[in-house]
Amino acid sequence: MAGSGRGRRRGASPQSRAGMAFVAAYVLLLIAFGILPTGYAVYFAFTDAGGTFTGFTNFITTAQDFRFVDAVGHVTLYLVFWLVSLVLFVVGLALLLHRLASRTAGQALRFLYYIPGALAGAASVLVWLFMLDPTVSPVSSLLGLLGFDTFGEVIAPGNLALLFTVIAFWTGAGGWIVVMYGALNNIPKDVMEAAHIDGASAWQTAWHIQIPMLRKWIVYMVILAFAGGAQLFVEPQLLSLASVGVAGRDYSLNQLTYDFAFQMNNINGAAAVSVELLVVSVSAAALFVARSGFFDAD
Amino acid sequence: MPSRLLAGSVLAVFVVFFVLPVLWLVLAATKTDQQLVHDHPLSFGSWHTLKANWDALTAFQDNAILLWLGNSALYAAISLVITLCVAVPAGYALAMTEFRGRRTLLVSTLVVMLMPNATLVVPLFLEINAVGLIGTMWSIILPYAFYPFGVYLTYIYFTTAVPKDLLAAARMDGCSEFGVFRLVALPLATPVIALVGFFSFVANWTNYFLPYVMLPESDQMPVQVGVGNLLSNVPSFNPTVGELAIERPQLALATLVAITPVLVVFLFAQRFLVSGMLAGATKE
Repeated sequence: MAGSGRGRRRGASPQSRAGMAFVAAYVLLLIAFGILPTGYAVYFAFTDAGGTFTGFTNFITTAQDFRFVDAVGHVTLYLVFWLVSLVLFVVGLALLLHRLASRTAGQALRFLYYIPGALAGAASVLVWLFMLDPTVSPVSSLLGLLGFDTFGEVIAPGNLALLFTVIAFWTGAGGWIVVMYGALNNIPKDVMEAAHIDGASAWQTAWHIQIPMLRKWIVYMVILAFAGGAQLFVEPQLLSLASVGVAGRDYSLNQLTYDFAFQMNNINGAAAVSVELLVVSVSAAALFVARSGFFDAD
Repeated sequence: MPSRLLAGSVLAVFVVFFVLPVLWLVLAATKTDQQLVHDHPLSFGSWHTLKANWDALTAFQDNAILLWLGNSALYAAISLVITLCVAVPAGYALAMTEFRGRRTLLVSTLVVMLMPNATLVVPLFLEINAVGLIGTMWSIILPYAFYPFGVYLTYIYFTTAVPKDLLAAARMDGCSEFGVFRLVALPLATPVIALVGFFSFVANWTNYFLPYVMLPESDQMPVQVGVGNLLSNVPSFNPTVGELAIERPQLALATLVAITPVLVVFLFAQRFLVSGMLAGATKE
């Protein structure tokens, strides 16, 4: 027993057996709710209702659905708005907060920015339905200035990508600001001092030192926001409930999968769209993991 | 200095952006629908109206809101317990022990963690349907309990914060592997347990898509889906509603009620949030 630390026999050591026992329950859940549904989705995407292999037929049929191209366009536009605003404002606000002389003020502001984070999900959408309804909104005069006098005008289809961006930013930005602020704090003090002594302006310091050092975190944020944003569902779904006729229930790709599966009884088509979303999101994540070395902890 | 003034105003504008809607929501719940439209948006109605709104809200489908809250609490609590019992030992084992398949497991955890779960809702529905659990609470509790991010957090915590020598010393003293975990590792893991618990609770409480699909019956809905349901009963948003309508202040109140548990947990977890994952976020 004592000399068994070699090669394949290591699998029998008490530590190894304990390790396997500790992960067993997790492996079970991983298979049941990670691997199996993924396999299921792929299987359904490539077969028809009778279980016969159909190649890419489901992908082609769904892509030819009159709503598909529109939904792709909607989600793409939303992602552009959402990612650009996230990078611009989150980094900008974190830098501003970091320059703040008063520690207490910085802490208070970070907390205030973080509060809407508690209203994720349906709650944030409901809040914004009120904010965007000129009859009750506290900023109705602002909406009026922009030329919106009725709720229907505000939620016109052309505005939706921007509105969903505002909602997502309102709920999600605070957390990222805290993360970026933390990353800024981890930049060694002497680097910042050296820049200061060399006479670098705040702008130059931010551009040449701070932002490059935040790069990894910014990419991380963009990837997670991309994967999350591509899944857009609750916002357009609730909006469609609140505006019979104005906003359709086919705005986003995930709404389409829902419709295919539960309204049109086309499970295979729904699976095909799910697989597409999964492939796009996982490729983006894989690219990130491969390029950034973010998970080099191991 | 003009640049400092500019910076200050930008920060202030964002305070208004982030806080004003929350403030408005709290005040809206104290007003009548009339007052909501005609009074100053940031005025306080009355306690009496708040009570009346609460009564009207609870009258909707005979205390539906309380039922939904109870459902949410039940689903979130059970899945939280399972998540912790599963994720903490798994993260510990990945970080502190060697076993076959460890690397594969670590890589698949990373991949699954980055995989957005909304894409899997339809396949999950098919799977749960195949085993006949649709419409039962397990159809959302079990998928909720699977929380790779929690495993990853625990794994990171143990690799960075707990020295392996400590475990080796305990083993030398004759501790069994389970004893090492329970007596040495677990007491040190309190911060990460709180962190995983917080994130998993909030993620489950705020999830909409999965229960929306899995639990179509009104009396099984968690509060997130419930308030969505209320929304379609508000005439100002949905003119086709008939007699049994809900008014906007009552919807605002329902929204507040739906987020209160998250706010409470959030306030409790503040300390851990700052000292845990965001270790760098406070200046030393």
